[in-house]
Amino acid sequence: MGELKLMKGNEAIGEAAIRAGVDAYFGYPITPQSEVIEYLTSEKPEERTGMVILQAESELAAINMVYGAAGSGKKVMTSSSSPGVSLKMEGISYMAGAELPCVVLNVVRGGPGLGTIQPSQADYFQAVKGGGHGDYRMVVLAPASVQEMADFVKLGFELAFKYRNPVMMLSDGVIGQMMEKVELGEQIPRWTEEEIIRKNPWATTGKKGRERNIITSLDLDPARQEQHNHKLQKKYRQMEEEEVRFEKFECDDAEYLFVAYGSSSRIAQKAVKIAREKGHKVGLLRPITLFPYPAKEIQSMLGQLKGILSLELSAGQMVEDIKLAVEGKVPVDHYGRMGGIIFSPAEIVEVFEEKFIGG
Amino acid sequence: MTEEIIIAGFGGQGVLSMGKILSYSGIMQGQEVSWMPSYGPEMRGGTANVTVIISDERVSSPILTEFDTAIILNQQSMDKFEPAVKPGGYLLYDPNGITRHPERKDINVYKITGAKLASEMGNTKVFNMVVMGAYLKMRPILEYKYVVEGLKKSLPERYHKLIPLNEEAIKSGLEHLEEVHKLN
Repeated sequence: MGELKLMKGNEAIGEAAIRAGVDAYFGYPITPQSEVIEYLTSEKPEERTGMVILQAESELAAINMVYGAAGSGKKVMTSSSSPGVSLKMEGISYMAGAELPCVVLNVVRGGPGLGTIQPSQADYFQAVKGGGHGDYRMVVLAPASVQEMADFVKLGFELAFKYRNPVMMLSDGVIGQMMEKVELGEQIPRWTEEEIIRKNPWATTGKKGRERNIITSLDLDPARQEQHNHKLQKKYRQMEEEEVRFEKFECDDAEYLFVAYGSSSRIAQKAVKIAREKGHKVGLLRPITLFPYPAKEIQSMLGQLKGILSLELSAGQMVEDIKLAVEGKVPVDHYGRMGGIIFSPAEIVEVFEEKFIGG
Repeated sequence: MTEEIIIAGFGGQGVLSMGKILSYSGIMQGQEVSWMPSYGPEMRGGTANVTVIISDERVSSPILTEFDTAIILNQQSMDKFEPAVKPGGYLLYDPNGITRHPERKDINVYKITGAKLASEMGNTKVFNMVVMGAYLKMRPILEYKYVVEGLKKSLPERYHKLIPLNEEAIKSGLEHLEEVHKLN
């Protein structure tokens, strides 16, 4: 077993980044994720691994530093919270177009606008449906524990480089701010220049006799641009085939299904326990990837289900993906809280009984 | 065993660090834990609270609306969290600055004069450790040796010279817990 520590989600992701051999982090502080850069700075990763930590002058600068570093084949990441992630959307779209890998963490807070600093899940559409312009997708990982905040850094980079595409970790103020036990992996060395050249032949590593590598999202020739788009779409379909991840609780005999991700899934898990004590056969499906969505898994359960309740800290966003999967075959409803308010397990059970069981 | 605790008081009283030390002690004892603060524009003098869960099982919801135990260190927190203790649960408070004492008869109520004891020890900063000692007497869910390990893990190395002082404070809390109202 590795080293056990008690850490905040925001700290765990910083430590995991150093240990995953990440080359650079560019960010700008914002509550509730400022501990990421605070932790990284205090750990002096420039001495531990040579990792670069830089507080940029703005979120726009940070994401464009990510673009530049990623173009040279390095492992690079950034983090922010909702308003800051909105600012990064242009850069993320450019990176998707230029096919550059990176990991972006969003520790979501309530919106719209500056909203509130309390937890929320109202950035689902932005993360999953493409918050920037153009037909692009990202693998979206939704950590539900401090352990997953740490583990998904390594996974995120594996997927980012596999697909040469940005990967988003969609967390929230609960997972970022809470402390839990976390087991940290061994230190992975950063890639050497030779490894980068071998693993990432597309990167701008210095020409040295090979053909010129060009990193750009611009191609003014419509025919070539359409071909490029077809290529991108093929990658997204491959993600749908190969990268769906989810977890199920108490689903074997379930007649009703709660679907929740991230912090909501933790609360929903307790609600399942309470509902079962009251005699309701309820299970929980926790999507770990929000794109690609575990639609097929939901479809495979429809035969046993009388109803599905989507539980989100939003006005109802993921519920649309559930409805697309279900195609009207089973009643689907949503319950959520907004503005930084979090539902309680008992509240969920009460709503479930009201909506599905009746008085 | 699952113990769901709310610790609430003023910012600067060591509420969050008490929760962290309890959590680390739980880990040292091989338990699952979670520590969830109320975060926000909090500052010294404002209110601060933290939910700590120590359990034999993986913790599901880190956010709760009712608790097995409330540790209450100011009046605002008393008003907010006395009603949130589960029937049959426990409430521990420091009467310093409390104008309305706990009124519920369906819970166990204990008190600790933590501020007074810490000030008598000559270091008001160990107030939170006195209160934690009283908690450990009231709810003996953690073995003392694991608490000391938790303390060591929570404090940066440069503060390890303060561990004897903190232990003294915990022992003072263990000795001075007072019963106010106990259920049969």
